[in-house]
Amino acid sequence: MVDRLFQKREFQIRMKKTLPYIIFVLLLCWHAVLFAQDRFPRPEFESGYVYATNQMPLQRAPGWEYFDVAVLLGALTLTTWLALKKRSRQGLIWMSVFSLAYFGFYREGCICAVGSVQNVALALFNDGYTIPLSALLFFMIPLLFALAYGRVFCAGVCPLGAIQELTGFQPVKLPKKIEAVLASVPFIYLALAVLFASTDSQFIICRYDPFIGIFRLDAPYTMIIFGILLLLAGIFVNRPYCRYLCPYGVLLNVFSRFAGKHLTITPAECTNCRLCEEVCPYDAIIPSDSELNREEPAKPRKRFILYFLLIPVFAVTGAAIFYTLAPSLAGVNSNVSLARAIRSEKESGIESVSKAVIAFKESGKTEAQLFAEEATITDRFRKSSPWAGVFLGISLGIGMLSLTIRSKRIEYLPDQGKCYSCGRCFKYCPIKVQ
Amino acid sequence: MSKEKNKYQSRRDFVRKAGKLAVILPLALIPVALVKKTSAAGFVWQIDPFKCTQCGQCKTNCVLTPSASKCVHAFQMCGYCDLCGGYLRQGVKTISTGAENQLCPTGAITRKFVEEPYFEYTINEALCDGCAKCVKGCADFGNGSLYMQIRHDKCVNCNDCSIARTCPSDAIIRVPAGSPYLQKDKEKNNG
Repeated sequence: MVDRLFQKREFQIRMKKTLPYIIFVLLLCWHAVLFAQDRFPRPEFESGYVYATNQMPLQRAPGWEYFDVAVLLGALTLTTWLALKKRSRQGLIWMSVFSLAYFGFYREGCICAVGSVQNVALALFNDGYTIPLSALLFFMIPLLFALAYGRVFCAGVCPLGAIQELTGFQPVKLPKKIEAVLASVPFIYLALAVLFASTDSQFIICRYDPFIGIFRLDAPYTMIIFGILLLLAGIFVNRPYCRYLCPYGVLLNVFSRFAGKHLTITPAECTNCRLCEEVCPYDAIIPSDSELNREEPAKPRKRFILYFLLIPVFAVTGAAIFYTLAPSLAGVNSNVSLARAIRSEKESGIESVSKAVIAFKESGKTEAQLFAEEATITDRFRKSSPWAGVFLGISLGIGMLSLTIRSKRIEYLPDQGKCYSCGRCFKYCPIKVQ
Repeated sequence: MSKEKNKYQSRRDFVRKAGKLAVILPLALIPVALVKKTSAAGFVWQIDPFKCTQCGQCKTNCVLTPSASKCVHAFQMCGYCDLCGGYLRQGVKTISTGAENQLCPTGAITRKFVEEPYFEYTINEALCDGCAKCVKGCADFGNGSLYMQIRHDKCVNCNDCSIARTCPSDAIIRVPAGSPYLQKDKEKNNG
């Protein structure tokens, strides 16, 4: 009895020692199966058979990308002229039609400045990726124009803005509180998009572009429904994507605030007639200051100091929140989610349910390699996601700080951050210049 | 009074100028940082046929329907077999061009007699939907001469290829636009 037990034990030990080798040999066999192509010799034809050749069609020549850049420059210049100099709403509408046709339906929404944020983020933080010059130019040029002339890019060049501008028929104003909450979404969207792009995980702006399905007439049906719903909502709440989602709009907003020249509501001097007060669907007209409801200067000053001191608090809180969120954010990366799927399959004892897991097992990569990759990616997320939190915290802080600042205004001016330079207000101004 | 007003104005101006500088600086720094990482020619997406596991996600995950990734035949690698693992379903009773025997769900592969005992197989790309069933059949039982490639007359070259995102073997990679195909026969001869 004891002898048998001993034998069993010895067998187990021997098994333990040889098992790795057995697995190794099995793996080698598996590799042999995997790479055992070229099984049959190439035939020696006697009938004079000539090998057929494949057509390898090329894409649009790369030079055309620079044509797109030239079109972008031309469209921006023309829009600037129409908005700032000619002051023609009709002209801006025609500009929108052109951009929708060219950048939207002809170029099928690619290449676009909104998505180029991700290319820049990916290139900045990854050594393996080189950014196409055209993508870099598409990122820079609209921002430079915003710095010089305000958001003219939104007015008539961006195809996403154009499709919404052309379908916004019945502007309805949202309550200010709802507007303020929704307007914070683009900041979060931008932070996440840059985070996911810089960790080489996903380009969420492109993936969840609501109108690309309409441009291509081909997309997952959920995205087409989302796009149509946005357009329908946009009939009343104009430009819902630009206002409540667009991540590039955040950058344009900031740059436009420091614009050298900007579209004006009135061509000459404002007479404070208040006719334009209610016409902006984007709530981007700041009325001239009334003497009423002005507080004692000491009160806002105290609030200003308090909010100023709150900025670092917000930043640290944001960083802490995003640091704790990092592991779940890392799940967006396909390698991480694959590793998690494999691990959960192992734990639950179910084998290879998803296509991805089956395909991974056939790819010849080992699980250890994948898990190591998962660890490095999760680590990257831990290091970089707090910065997204810092960005959001500082944005929130500055946003609150700006609430305490009262500017003395003696005329009706567009809010340079929010104004899309769409020119709707032109016709309401009674002052005409010959 | 007027002096005070001036002071007020200049502080506001200072904040404005500082803000302007604060946004211009990063914008100016981005191209400087990317000087070495920019290329003029651009990139396109392509499938590395040696990494591809023929999982069939190319068919379903491309933003285009039908998918821009299609089967390509490397004639130089093909064994011209009568019993073709890429053309015929497994366990067929007769080796013939009958629809019930064909592996391709859309009938995109045509079989032509060359000489005894060789048959030539060609892909009708208009019918191919990129399911990769024939590619798998050929890799498992044949020479691996059928392989997947992204066809650039169809591909819209998305910023982030939606097949690449789900490809379990990371077979979809960015390649220089100058050499947009990874042809299996040529790659093999080079390597």
